[in-house]
Amino acid sequence: MAEITTLHYLVVAAALFVLGVIGVLTRRNVVIVLMSIELILNAVNLNLVAFSRMWGNLHGQLFAIFIVVDAAAEAAAGLGILIAFFRNKETVNVDEIDLLKW
Amino acid sequence: MNPAMNSALNSGMAPVATPWFFYVLAVVAVASGVAVITRRNAVHAALALIVALLAVAGLYLMLYAPFVAGVQIIVYAGGIMVLFLFVIMLVNIERSTKERRFNRMWPVGLAAACALLALFVSAIVKGKALFSDRGMPLPEASNTQQIATLLYGEAGRMGQYTFAFEIASLLLLVAILGAVIMTKKKI
Repeated sequence: MAEITTLHYLVVAAALFVLGVIGVLTRRNVVIVLMSIELILNAVNLNLVAFSRMWGNLHGQLFAIFIVVDAAAEAAAGLGILIAFFRNKETVNVDEIDLLKW
Repeated sequence: MNPAMNSALNSGMAPVATPWFFYVLAVVAVASGVAVITRRNAVHAALALIVALLAVAGLYLMLYAPFVAGVQIIVYAGGIMVLFLFVIMLVNIERSTKERRFNRMWPVGLAAACALLALFVSAIVKGKALFSDRGMPLPEASNTQQIATLLYGEAGRMGQYTFAFEIASLLLLVAILGAVIMTKKKI
């Protein structure tokens, strides 16, 4: 079987990214939308680590770690907003979150 | 990096990770990614996401990034996913498993995602020659130490990313405060 190159990782990451985008754009459940965002961030991380390997330095891995920090902060804040919203409107569906719709 | 390890890396020692591992991990990651966005039950989606995260951690190991793989498992599969499951437990109502899974604009969203996929495919096809080498072997045994040197610096000097590291801790503090304040009933 052929050697695994950076390109292989880029293809996997692109597939995960597109799956995440489909999840964000089409699902109704906010929790699953947030999970799709995690999928997107993971695809980006995979790219960064693959490029880190390609160039032979560790800066890509450092960026990946910072993105994990961002993902943790985003998940905490997003789920906090979700709980606050659920308390007021009793729904977790994106298309029913329309308080600002005029 | 110590010289003995360096020579072991360069002397063509058969790597443990064969191409088969890559294909298995890639298929598992993509298949559980599909499961995340198609499952009706949010708990099933969360479990599929955990599988996807573990598969991506395996890919990190294949890329000679053991520290990032460890962080992925501990922080993502351990921490963030527990947060997700907790929130699903708090807000998951019976009716959401019986409702439509996708919103009414899903064809538009799917078309936009397909356009993005076409962009990626064209970028990958055009840049094929650029990415076709295996890359340099990174020292695996001293990986964590080198990352720590970049983060914290050595011999009293600040590392390249020390400031960014401090900003990241501030970001986490703000996120904690935001989560606590937003979920409180009365402030």
